[in-house]
Amino acid sequence: MLLITCPYCGTRPELEFAYGGQAHVARPQDPAAVGAQDWADFLYMRDNTRGVHAERWRHTHGCGRFFNALRDTRSDQFLGIYRVGESAPALPPDAPKEVP
Amino acid sequence: MQRFSALSLLGRALTGHRSWAPQWRRASPQPAYDALIIGGGGHGLGAAFYLASEHRLSRVAVLEKGWIGGGNTGRNTTIIRSNYLFDESAALYDHALKLWEHLSQVLNYNVMLSQRGVMMLAHNLHDVQVIKRHVHANRANGVDNEWLSAEQAQQFCPPLNIADIRYPVLGAALQRRGGTARHDAVAWGYARAADALGVDIIENCEVTGIRRDAHGAVEAVETTRGVIRTPKIGVAAAGHTSVVMKMAGVRLPLESYPLQALVSEPVKPVFPCVVMSNTMHAYISQSDKGELVIGAGTDAYTSYTQRGGLHISAHALEAVCELFPIFRRLRMLRNWGGIVDLTPDRSPIIARTPVPGLYVNCGWGTGGFKATPGSAHVFAWTIARDEPHPINAPFTIERFRDGYLIDEAAAAAVAH
Repeated sequence: MLLITCPYCGTRPELEFAYGGQAHVARPQDPAAVGAQDWADFLYMRDNTRGVHAERWRHTHGCGRFFNALRDTRSDQFLGIYRVGESAPALPPDAPKEVP
Repeated sequence: MQRFSALSLLGRALTGHRSWAPQWRRASPQPAYDALIIGGGGHGLGAAFYLASEHRLSRVAVLEKGWIGGGNTGRNTTIIRSNYLFDESAALYDHALKLWEHLSQVLNYNVMLSQRGVMMLAHNLHDVQVIKRHVHANRANGVDNEWLSAEQAQQFCPPLNIADIRYPVLGAALQRRGGTARHDAVAWGYARAADALGVDIIENCEVTGIRRDAHGAVEAVETTRGVIRTPKIGVAAAGHTSVVMKMAGVRLPLESYPLQALVSEPVKPVFPCVVMSNTMHAYISQSDKGELVIGAGTDAYTSYTQRGGLHISAHALEAVCELFPIFRRLRMLRNWGGIVDLTPDRSPIIARTPVPGLYVNCGWGTGGFKATPGSAHVFAWTIARDEPHPINAPFTIERFRDGYLIDEAAAAAVAH
């Protein structure tokens, strides 16, 4: 089980959280004006990154708030936590290297 | 190829089994091929076999970054069934099941198909309605499936606890043609048969790039063992499909999750069939070695780690112990994870891609093993003819754009 650090409540076991998928997937401002391909991209297409992945978590059984995290999907190691509206922090210097 | 028969076994038994040749050559990459398959699991090896045997492509190679069958083909729980709800899925999975029934003869390799029956349990009114709907839809599609009362279910599977339980068993659907097969034998059998037809099976060869020509069509792959030219590439890389397809600039509606399974210590034959419970989230069968083979769920988050959280396995074991109290004191021997690629509608993609010469077979999610021969067969057709077989024609990438989803989330509610 992962230990996840909520930026509001601190470090808690994974069971308190819900995974929210890839972060920074913006809903189109005017859905009626969006073509089928762009709408499908928004709904279904994901980077599915092997490496450092920016993703959303929600502290469901805690404060209930969404936040973002950087996690290496090759090791499940968390490399950074940041609040909604903030941009992703720089990776720590000892972070594993990105893969192609 | 040394054909297996009772006589050849007997003959070699008398000489101490020292004269068996390796089952496939240790091939080195040639400079060019007519078609390349990326991924040496069951789906990829099978596709290579059908490319050589049915479509007469003479120069085909399978590139595998690890060893044959070392990915999800060797990590699944070996369950075979075709009781899917929608017409498109029923056609695809039943195509596979019909091929399974003759696969040992076709490959001259015993894949140990055991049609012992797959039973799916209903624990509440919603389950009863959904499962009965599945039974009727299956029968309308010519796929065998029947409804059993709780008592009939217990008769079919005596260890089943139907009453003294938090979610009592209200009935079950039984597909008698379903069952299990030996997963390793599927990979080895396809590899051996493909090799005999001249297919090069190249292990320890990881693809690191896909080259495209001025028109955008594929022309070569870069690998850890050099550049290989080819006009056609079929990608069957399971959980790593997104990584490979990114090399050609293709995005797919996939997310990769760890899925776990575990086996118990071996015991005498006690479990006559396969039992699945979507509501309690468990499925179980017994292997010919005597181990109980138990499937757990996926983790909540995407990952490529080939392991999963202990609480996920524990959840499955709690359900198994409640359904089958006789297993409460069994010890678990091993557990492991594989990376599965899930599509939003839980149906696979077997299709051409926007890149000419690039084909993809992915999105099998938590249940690709059962489809291995059918998937491989229609994928080979798609690669050889540059158009889909009628069976896989609905399983395109464009269905997500056009709204023609094949929503089998109910069939795949529990990992299988």
